[in-house]
Amino acid sequence: MTDLALDKLYGFYEQLWRIRLFEGHVQRLAAKGEVPGFPHLSTGQEAVAVGVCAHLAANDYVFSSHRAHGHVLAKGSDPYATFAEIIGRQDGLCRGRGGSMHLVDAANGVMGATGVVAGNLSLAAGAAWAAQALGDGRIAVVFFGDGATGAGVFHETLNLASLWQLPLLFVCENNGYAEFTSREEHSKVAKVSAFAAPYHLPAETIDGNDVLVVNAAAAAAVRSIRSGAGPRLLECMTYRMAGHYVGDAQRYRSKEELAAMKEKDPIDRLRAHLTQRGEPAAELEAIEKRVASEVQAAVERARQAARPDPATVLDYVYSQPLSTTAEA
Amino acid sequence: METTFIEIMRQALDEEMTRDASVYLIGEDVAAGGAFGVSRGLVDKHGPLRVRNTPISEAAITGLATGAALCGLRPVLEIMFIDFATLAMDCLVNQSAKYRYMSGGQLSVPMVVRTQAGAAGGAAAQHSQSLESWFIHVPGLVVVAPSSPVEAYGLFKSSLRLDDPVLFIEHKRLYAMKEHLPADAAAIPLGRARVAREGSDVTVIAYSAMVRTALEAAQQLAQEGVSVEVIDLRTLAPLDIETLVRSVTKTRRVVIAHEAVECGGVGAEVAARLGAAAFDELDAPIMRVGCPFAPIPFAPELEQALLPGREQIVRAVRELTS
Repeated sequence: MTDLALDKLYGFYEQLWRIRLFEGHVQRLAAKGEVPGFPHLSTGQEAVAVGVCAHLAANDYVFSSHRAHGHVLAKGSDPYATFAEIIGRQDGLCRGRGGSMHLVDAANGVMGATGVVAGNLSLAAGAAWAAQALGDGRIAVVFFGDGATGAGVFHETLNLASLWQLPLLFVCENNGYAEFTSREEHSKVAKVSAFAAPYHLPAETIDGNDVLVVNAAAAAAVRSIRSGAGPRLLECMTYRMAGHYVGDAQRYRSKEELAAMKEKDPIDRLRAHLTQRGEPAAELEAIEKRVASEVQAAVERARQAARPDPATVLDYVYSQPLSTTAEA
Repeated sequence: METTFIEIMRQALDEEMTRDASVYLIGEDVAAGGAFGVSRGLVDKHGPLRVRNTPISEAAITGLATGAALCGLRPVLEIMFIDFATLAMDCLVNQSAKYRYMSGGQLSVPMVVRTQAGAAGGAAAQHSQSLESWFIHVPGLVVVAPSSPVEAYGLFKSSLRLDDPVLFIEHKRLYAMKEHLPADAAAIPLGRARVAREGSDVTVIAYSAMVRTALEAAQQLAQEGVSVEVIDLRTLAPLDIETLVRSVTKTRRVVIAHEAVECGGVGAEVAARLGAAAFDELDAPIMRVGCPFAPIPFAPELEQALLPGREQIVRAVRELTS
């Protein structure tokens, strides 16, 4: 995996920073009261989004969770429209109707984040079923946290996906927490990948903070799924450097734990890897700076974007006025 | 030739599957025909990929249908009993109903959830309920409750061709009902109520199997010289208030009848809307006929004692006209 072309590694580095800096702005503006609702940051988990989405085409389907910013950006959605949505503007991906927890960019295969933990799993199975039925060669990927494994629909969907051999990749971002409760406290099953075995669904647990590891595992999984070999599960061990939501006081984490998290930072790890390969620090800093100014520009533009017109609040509930439906 | 509700529904499904290759039928036992035989034989004609059994996993299969609807299929999902829709509520309420809105119109969910409701023959408390009012409370869902085989045929066709999620509620007591399906039977527009019988003294508003009961009550009352207009709502969400107001303007008296529990039922919404839209037209308080506030019991005598029927409608009409 160290043989990866250099431009690919630089690409990853850039994407990791894009997500990190983008969410930094979310956090900063949330503190200033500019972000309605409860945004959830993926800070520290970016390598999973980047390593997996590297293997997806624009028309492959991605379903995300309430912690969606990283997945949406890694899939290639426009940071401006994404940020505009997060702050509820008319130019936002969903015209201000969805917000941080409901990002959809259908043209780019981002089929939706969901605010209900585990609510996205069966939807992704449905997308995979549609791809299978239509034979269009697409695959579906669903990102979820370890907290979702407590829901019955997680198990139902594993069974169904395996039974129907759906082209579906389950990506568990095991960040050790279900909201504020540690994994030890909410499940007797230590590894999420263990749930897959009884359903005959190939699964592995990997280091989710090393983008190179994620990249390699996702490459193999996606290749297998595209070949028609059925669904797979990747459990990516990662760490949520931020709280459950912006403003979470995190009283459930010890100082030692918070201090140790720096070692897990996926950006530091990729930087170390690149430095070890002899890449100049100045080059890496330049990337960070370029991405920072790009993101800053997108964020500032989004902040200037128009707010939705209250007169349009009833738009999009139905596809058509129903009293005139289907005369044909 | 007269055919049953089950046969006519099967014909509607068959025709739509033939017309549109993106229509897929999934659910528990559907390839075997389903619990009531509605889809019997369709697997032979349309193949095991388009008529497919699922595990007993209502949460997952409702998501499966919804996700597929987002991505190019037009699934028909069967939830065997509406009582089991409780297991699919997250998907129906939080996902299917809201996808179009939450995505700012980028995506829609063209899906029909066929389900079956109502009490008949000792199915008891967990297989007999009429839970439709839960769903009319959810923006984004369309709720359809046909009153006869021919109505079901036309309403199903419109439901399937709509780009929004539809809960299509079949009443188990109607399954054996026979009607002649006219050769030119067509899709019936959603969102419009139907005057099932014209009358001038009292309007009885009903839907699903209760329309037939209301027609029987009207027949009986006609012999007493009371002229009853019966309206079949057809679509519970959205409600066609215009047709109701037109009728009330004529009769000035209203009874709303449904099998669902009276408290918080569709009748409560209809009454409130009519009260607001036609208060000056009314000569008497709006009356409701519905189930008393109890679960559906098992023993036939108890089931009979609880369920509202012709007698309750007749009594309510008499009270309004005496």
